[in-house]
Amino acid sequence: MTEVTPDKQVPPPAPNRRDAPAVENTVLREMPKRKTVLSGETVGNIHSENPFMVAENVNVHYGDNHAIQNVSLEIGKKEVIALIGPSGCGKSTFLRCLNRMNDTIDTARVTGKITLDGKDIYRKEQDPVALRARVGMVFQKPNPFPKSIYDNVAYGPRIHGLAADRAELDNIVYTSLERAGLINEVKDRLDEPGTSLSGGQQQRLCIARTIAVNPEVILMDEPCSALDPIATARIEDLMDELCEDYAIVIVTHSMQQAARVSRRVAYFHLGLLVEVDKTDKIFTNPQHKLTEDYITGRIG
Amino acid sequence: MQNTTLVLRLGLMAIAAFYFGRERSLSLVGGHGHGMALHSLPGYYGYFVAIWVVLPALGLLLLWVLVEPRVIVALVVSGLPESYQALPAGELNLLVNNIRNLAAGDVVSVDVDAVLRDAAAQFDNYAAKSRQLLAVLALGIAGLGGTIAWRRIHPDLRARNRVEHVVRWFLIAASSIAILTTVGIVLSVLFEALRFFQKVPVMEFLFGLNWSPQTAIRADQVGSSGSFGAVPLFAGTMLITAIAMVVAVPVGLMTAIYLAEYSSARVRGIAKPLLEILAGIPTVVYGFFAALTVAPWVRRAGEAAGFEVASESALAAGLVMGIMIIPLVSSLSDDAINAVPRAMRDGALGLGSTRSETMTKVILPAALPGIVGGILLAVSRAIGETMIVVMAAGLAANLTANPFEAVTTVTVQIVTLLVGDQEFDSAKTLAAFALGLMLFVVTLFLNVIGLGVVRKYREQYD
Repeated sequence: MTEVTPDKQVPPPAPNRRDAPAVENTVLREMPKRKTVLSGETVGNIHSENPFMVAENVNVHYGDNHAIQNVSLEIGKKEVIALIGPSGCGKSTFLRCLNRMNDTIDTARVTGKITLDGKDIYRKEQDPVALRARVGMVFQKPNPFPKSIYDNVAYGPRIHGLAADRAELDNIVYTSLERAGLINEVKDRLDEPGTSLSGGQQQRLCIARTIAVNPEVILMDEPCSALDPIATARIEDLMDELCEDYAIVIVTHSMQQAARVSRRVAYFHLGLLVEVDKTDKIFTNPQHKLTEDYITGRIG
Repeated sequence: MQNTTLVLRLGLMAIAAFYFGRERSLSLVGGHGHGMALHSLPGYYGYFVAIWVVLPALGLLLLWVLVEPRVIVALVVSGLPESYQALPAGELNLLVNNIRNLAAGDVVSVDVDAVLRDAAAQFDNYAAKSRQLLAVLALGIAGLGGTIAWRRIHPDLRARNRVEHVVRWFLIAASSIAILTTVGIVLSVLFEALRFFQKVPVMEFLFGLNWSPQTAIRADQVGSSGSFGAVPLFAGTMLITAIAMVVAVPVGLMTAIYLAEYSSARVRGIAKPLLEILAGIPTVVYGFFAALTVAPWVRRAGEAAGFEVASESALAAGLVMGIMIIPLVSSLSDDAINAVPRAMRDGALGLGSTRSETMTKVILPAALPGIVGGILLAVSRAIGETMIVVMAAGLAANLTANPFEAVTTVTVQIVTLLVGDQEFDSAKTLAAFALGLMLFVVTLFLNVIGLGVVRKYREQYD
């Protein structure tokens, strides 16, 4: 898939920091059509063809730190959208707004509006616990519970009462492991602890655990950053399959991964949503100078 | 010269040696700014010389302190008239003691005669000479060592490695002090206990149901045959420990859960230090709180409910001991809960668990080994606790499971056996060592299990 990122092939000479403005200026003269200012205005197209989750003017403060500012973004049904950007740019923070995980941080304050299927998820009557069952999350580091493989997957269905009896629960566990592509590796050792699996298997176990609750949206926070390329490839294949049923929002530091798995890409920079567009557009013809710099490896 | 003055002088010499050593190392390579030509930093050459000044001299001093008294006594004795030297060892010993006391100006147990006075003068004489000799020798060795070390300084001398080697031996010595002390305590308890078991059979001690540690001084005394069955003591200990744990475990655990997961930062900031204060109250204060406040209250409450309660009851002691242990349980459980990775918490919350589901289904099971380890440590603390039970549980060795009765514990009996005038060859006194040994074995066992469980748990997330 590297053909969509031709800029990647010719890495520009690494500028040292003092020279950076000069380089910027020369590029600016060469390509005057690109937007260069970090203004808080998002370029590209934040809209989705089939919006399912809609964020409008979302701001997050951690204490005095204004972590993300005025982010508006639509997330479509059955699409994979990738959030990219340098560390600390607010992409994970935005991700955690979508299932209100920021509620668990005492100092975090979220303003703005996020709707799921037309309903504000920050409205008073919304139970964050019920929301998280609809908007599942997979974390950066595989975090299986210190329980058996079976109990890890059965955890969600059990607390939400999704299975009427043991047979149904078995069925959910089996199907989830199957969809996560893990069943062949673990079917004979379901009572072994989840922590006994390899890193890639653990991460697929966490995905199986998430889809066992049957969510509508799956948030993935750098799900492959702790995995080797082979395990990463498996998870990416899995995302391809899962996006037939779920909306997937993935935070990633790997441009190649964003290019491979996502339909749309959102580029965050210093708490601002700089550019959103179709994946091939972002990687071939970004509208914003910062986006271009980032995907070509000039910053970040 | 007094030994303290001598040590002080050695210290001054060491400081001087440090500067000389450092300066020499620098001057060898051409002064400041050329330090790179040295193998080690200049300071290490200073330490190197200082060590050679101090260590040999201190070694000599130590040797002197160990050997000097014997040598002086031998010299003084050899100077005594023949008739005195022929005395039996015990009397000779007494005589030497008197000479020493006379020389030091202390009270003497016999009439002072000319021989004694002469010997004391001799003693003084030898002691003074010994001190002078020591001072000369020690300072001489210090100077010699320092000079040799100073001359050996060379840019290629691996001074840092030498110094670090010495430091390492210091560290080893320091850590072995604690270990050797423990070994010494265990051995002394063990040997005294073995002496006890020569008088009282092991089986009777371990399985006897009757504790009455009175031995006869005269053969015709009544009711003083003595019986040393330790079962009632261990039963009493277990009863009080059980009551304490019934109080401490749920309260401590719930405190930990609240502080770790539910409390705001402000409440936590106030509650944690308060709990630590609770842990810092001396147990003797808990003891009179138990004896003067809780025990009468338990008695009144029990009587109001129609039970017959002794004024010193296992319940009162156990309750107070439980309160004493709450901070221990809560802080160890708090640590265990906080050691569960945040990822675990996030994972559970991300699946739509409520806070209490996260706590009971994920965090507590994950923290359980740590919590169990903490509880075992608390149990061993409760078993070894003395002051509260001395004051509140009583002395009656009742074999009972009724918490309203007075019981006694192993630690209480050890205290009562060893308080007051004792002869160290009676079974009564030696019994304390046997009890101590048993107690030590039990708490050691619990600590080993507890620490093992805690360690196993730590490894899980590293």
